[in-house]
This record gives sequence, structure tokens and C-alpha cells, in this order.
Amino acid sequence: MKVCDIAKILNGNILFSNEKCESDFLTACGADLMSDVMAFARDNEILLTGLTNPQVVRTAEMMDIKAIVFVRGKVPPEVSLDLARELGVNIICTKLPMFVACGKLYEHGITGGVHEE
Amino acid sequence: MNQSMVKVFDIQKDDFISAGEASSSVKKILKQLGVSPEVIKRAVISMYEAEMNAVIHGGGGKGYAEFFKEHIEIIIEDNGPGIENIELAMQEGYSTAPGNIREMGFGAGMGLPNIKKHSDQLEIKSEVGKGTTLKITINF
Ligand SMILES: Nc1ncnc2c1ncn2[C@@H]1O[C@H](COP(=O)(O)OP(=O)(O)O)[C@@H](O)[C@H]1O
Ligand SMILES: [Mg+2]
Repeated sequence: MKVCDIAKILNGNILFSNEKCESDFLTACGADLMSDVMAFARDNEILLTGLTNPQVVRTAEMMDIKAIVFVRGKVPPEVSLDLARELGVNIICTKLPMFVACGKLYEHGITGGVHEE
Repeated sequence: MNQSMVKVFDIQKDDFISAGEASSSVKKILKQLGVSPEVIKRAVISMYEAEMNAVIHGGGGKGYAEFFKEHIEIIIEDNGPGIENIELAMQEGYSTAPGNIREMGFGAGMGLPNIKKHSDQLEIKSEVGKGTTLKITINF
């Protein structure tokens, strides 16, 4: 799934799209705890979160996460967007709450990754 | 590379904008050195958690990353309040982080356990009223 597909499914806006990023996203993780993201996230995941501070983007960088979806209509501050642009992390915003956003992606074949096995 | 290379970083107290820059730099260097992605991830998760602890709990400090042929040594030191009970601090879920830190997605009490889990060696030296030093070793 490409970044534009994610945005379409979530009825969201792409705030930053990294043209170089050809990533095909297959799995996602929904979390508001950055330590959980670091403990459990896998490569090439989508991160769905209700937090928008720059450390969310930093956490994504550490975990090689190339797409962040901000849920519940949260708009990221400019510092977070700047960092995302610098690091090439795709940013999508949706008004949907966390559960619904995760559910819609799941319906479209995005899974939770290795933890389901 | 016969001699090791050392990088030094300043870690600013309560600076939640530039926090993580040290770990980010180390990530880039490890990539350039051709270290495997799995090892890089273990190194940067450990360093970033330690860096955040210095920002949040330690009142800022310094970071050192020394690159050897077969491993990296990361030291994060601060002159903060220190850790009274290291064994307790190492437990998953134990945290003294205030509410504003939790609202940022940190303070779940998973930092030190995460470092322990991802590093090959972890040494914690801490003295109440003096500060805390973490020495993290990751083998390539
Ligand atoms: N550098 C430090 N200086 C003082 N206290 C620390 C430091 N690092 C960790 N601690 C203490 O250990 C606890 C657990 O740390 P950690 O596992 O990283 O969880 P968290 O940072 O989410 O609270 C902290 O809440 C704090 O009380
Ligand atoms: Mg911590």
C-alpha cells in the first residue's frame, strides 16, 4: 500500500509526501507510547498515533518507520513537520479516531506484522 | 579503521525539540560504516532511550559514542538527581516521569528495560545528588 492509498482509505490529507519513498506498506502499529513503538515496531510499518510532538518523528526515524498517520484530527506543529521533511518521513492526517483508522487499514489488508503469528 | 573514532554530544535539559539528535547522528555514522540494519536499530534504540532519560530525568548532560571495529560504546552521563534504586528503575513500568512527559509519549517506564533488552552490555552508575552514567555496548 502506497502513501496515497493510506490517505484515501482514511479520508485524510497528506501533509508531507516523500517522492523518493517508494515504500510499500504492509503492516501498521497504533501507539501513543513511544517506548512501545521502540519495543515492538518492525520495518516498513505505518505508525498511527494521536501525539504530534517532534519526538514522535524522532522515534519513527530510529525505527525506520517511513509513514506517520496523525489520528483524531490532530495537526502536527511546524517543528514536527520540518523534522519529517528533513528525514523523509511521510505524514498523513485524518479526522478518524485511532480505532477506526486502524480498522479501516486492517480491512484493506494491512496487518499487525509478526505479532499476529 | 585501526583507531577508534569518538563523537561527543551535548544533551540539553528539557529540550524536546532537539532531543534525539545525538542518536540520529550515530545512526548515520553506523549506516556509513556499513553496520547491519538490525544492529543499528539496537544501538539507536538504546542510545535514544538513554538520551531521553538524560533530557527528562537527568537535567541534561553529555553523550559519547566510540566506534570500534567490532562494536560501539555509548556513554550517556548527566549531573542530575541520580537513581536511588537502580533495581527498581530497571523494572518495566516503573517511572517517576511527570504528566507532561507522559503526554508526549514517554514516561511509560520502558526505557531502561528497552536498553537492557537491546544492548549486549549495560552498566549503570548512579549516585543520588551527583548524577547518572550509562555505558552501553553493542557488538556489530
Ligand atoms: N538519567 C536519570 N537520572 C535520574 N533518574 C533516572 C534517569 N534515568 C532513569 N531514571 C529513573 O528511572 C525511572 C525509569 O526509567 P525508564 O525505564 O527510562 O522509564 P521512564 O523514562 O519512562 O520513566 C525514571 O522514571 C527515573 O525515575
Ligand atoms: Mg526513559
